[in-house]
Amino acid sequence: MSESAAPALLHVGGLSKSFGATKALSNVQLKLGAGEVHALLGENGAGKSTLLKILAGTQTADSGTLELAGRPYAPSTPQHAQALGVAFVSQEPALCPDLSVAENILLGTLPGRYGFVDRTQLEQRAGAALARVLPEGAPLPDLRQRAGDLGQGDRQLLCLARALAQAECKILILDEPTSTLNSSEAERLFSVVRELTKSGIAVLYVSHFLEEVERIAERYTVLRDGRFVHSAKLAGTTRSELVKLMAGRDVQELFPRSARSPGEVVLDLHELAGQRLPISASLTLRRGEVLGIAGLLGAGRSELLRALFGLDRVKSGTLRVKGVLGPASPARRLAEGVGLLSEDRKGEGLAETLSLGDNITLSKLESLGSFGFVSPTKRNAIARSYLERLGVRARGPEQLARDLSGGNQQKICFARLLHHGTDVLLLDEPTRGVDVGSRADLYRIIDQLAAQGNAVLMVSSYLPELLGVCDRISVMVRGKLGPARPASELSEHALLLEATA
Amino acid sequence: MSDQTTAIGRLFRTPWLGPLLALCLLYALFTALAPDTFARQSNLLTMLRQTSVVGIAAIGMTFTIVLGGIDLSVGSAVALTTVVVAECLRAGMGPGAAAALGVLSGGLLGLCNGGLVAGLKISPFIVTLGTMSILRGVAKGIADEQKIDADPRGLDALMQSHAGSLALPPGVWLMLAATLFGVGLLTYTKIGRQIVAVGSNTETARLCGISIPKTTLFVYALSGLLVGLAGVLEFSTLTVGDPTDSVGLELEVIAAVVIGGGSLSGGQGSASGTLVGALLLTVIKAGCTHLGFPNWVQEIFTGFIIVVAMSIDRLRQRAR
Repeated sequence: MSESAAPALLHVGGLSKSFGATKALSNVQLKLGAGEVHALLGENGAGKSTLLKILAGTQTADSGTLELAGRPYAPSTPQHAQALGVAFVSQEPALCPDLSVAENILLGTLPGRYGFVDRTQLEQRAGAALARVLPEGAPLPDLRQRAGDLGQGDRQLLCLARALAQAECKILILDEPTSTLNSSEAERLFSVVRELTKSGIAVLYVSHFLEEVERIAERYTVLRDGRFVHSAKLAGTTRSELVKLMAGRDVQELFPRSARSPGEVVLDLHELAGQRLPISASLTLRRGEVLGIAGLLGAGRSELLRALFGLDRVKSGTLRVKGVLGPASPARRLAEGVGLLSEDRKGEGLAETLSLGDNITLSKLESLGSFGFVSPTKRNAIARSYLERLGVRARGPEQLARDLSGGNQQKICFARLLHHGTDVLLLDEPTRGVDVGSRADLYRIIDQLAAQGNAVLMVSSYLPELLGVCDRISVMVRGKLGPARPASELSEHALLLEATA
Repeated sequence: MSDQTTAIGRLFRTPWLGPLLALCLLYALFTALAPDTFARQSNLLTMLRQTSVVGIAAIGMTFTIVLGGIDLSVGSAVALTTVVVAECLRAGMGPGAAAALGVLSGGLLGLCNGGLVAGLKISPFIVTLGTMSILRGVAKGIADEQKIDADPRGLDALMQSHAGSLALPPGVWLMLAATLFGVGLLTYTKIGRQIVAVGSNTETARLCGISIPKTTLFVYALSGLLVGLAGVLEFSTLTVGDPTDSVGLELEVIAAVVIGGGSLSGGQGSASGTLVGALLLTVIKAGCTHLGFPNWVQEIFTGFIIVVAMSIDRLRQRAR
């Protein structure tokens, strides 16, 4: 059976969509076969989200054809799309934390009569739906449990179960499904996806993690700047070819390395322990170096950074910042020149409803005037210089932070640290949810900072990045930080082995 | 074993368990301090009667707060309802018709609040801040800024208990019925679970095909009906229509919901908890009165209890 003879389950052709003057999509095509996992690749701003939104029914295309199983497909709302067999599981598992697991799965189609909920039927159907998205033999979670008490991995499965339970699902769209999962949860998700494709469901898989895409998907489609670039089988395509297709440039340029010369010790930890995590962490960080911390989610890496910055309390151990012992609070740390880049950009890192200028100057408003006054002119001038220096794609300092893409938002977070004049930077997952192009920019910024004599402590779950950016890397396992070793002596394999030990 | 621990765990997490304990403790405390007056059965009856108006309005407010909304116009709506009932009676209507019109006018006001919130997408705090003033003005306008005397034609019996008899007045039964209704609606019906869903995560609820405007309208209208009922009981207590009555009642009503485990960010709250909250407020007031404390002590004590209840709730949430 030749590929062209088999009718595609989903056929997208000549799709275009504009928002005002900007063309989000122009003449995009996509073919999805029954039972295949198809990766949709592209940087942020490449048009992936717009395409997904059109497929999921939250937006309508300006022109182009959409066909589902040979019939025109024109969803008007997400519910309509779901009823037609296209289910969408978003990046952040969206659920009602105060309802039970079972209620969340069947929300919208709660079974019952005369307005009353039929609990027996509810739990039976929810249980069956959950069983579909669990590996064989895995125990069912408590259906009466509050959904808000579930971990991230279980939330994802719950959303998956809900998507499958609402109607007969033909196409499942997964948007960055593993970005909040640890590796065992991700493995579980992969096996579930494979099971689902066996029953003929096509999966459109969007992810920044190319390793993951290579493992799970058979074919891929790359978008760039709202245009279709290429579509082919993954077998026989190298990772650097994919990156080149997505970014339009070579992967070698991704990790620049200037000459760095380690100087005095600025951070000295001896058997530091937090309230719960970390259990024990010892390290020294010098000026002019980038020290990486690898490890699984939940190993205690973020907690270590938070304790260093004074956000969480330290239980025992010593911590010297630039040789000084003392109590920790974010204000004190900032005064000492220590800055933290939060892993939770939307929740903690940025004030999304404030302007870029406000966000950049927030930690050091006294630079904007005297006697407690702030000058908007000064603020905008300062912000403009950082926007230019870091290559932020934005209209100007007055634009709201929430309007920027993930990569550009992260640059704003960096700009705040730079404006504050911090020289010890604690970076927690600095490239999470950031596209390849902006990542390259962030790596360049980190490299420059280190070359200028700043000290960088960086937590990341993305091993190629740690190996590419850091001078030394420590691995944190279940709250205990291992010794730091030169990155040149380490490999992804070695780090992974140590992290999962 | 594991079933037992989860059962105990669930009980521990029941948000109104703490307030219930506080209610019992305070009751015991006041009983010990004023055994001759406070502990009397007639006083228990009086306290239940005094709770009825706040209690019934608070059951309505529970729906609103669980939805993630708020209603500041409750006090004005109650006053307006007493005026409507009085005017109806004065116009020669029978007590049943007047009471029904009172309840319906409350529902209509609720529907207006809901329509503004759902239709114009204005925050409920702002909408009801506006209607609070509007309704108070309308009540005063209708009543010509005076109390309206009207023959209650038996409506006063709703809140009367007979000397020597320990039978509960109809108003108290109505409050208990409203509580049962609230528990049943929020726990066992589809619309109830949908209300919780909207308050818990509006976006998810919308994705699952729940109509946010319809749910909002339903909740505010239902809540309004209960406010109307509270207004009829208030008339029954006053036996006049009073446009200046119940100023600040909404704060007491909100306090009852919040003490009972309601969360102002939505998704959490229960009718049973609200009843406990309302009773707690009454017991504090009555207890202070029986001990001869002046009004200002009562007010400080009440405020104190609200803050303490909230602090305990925060600790409990953090513990899990």
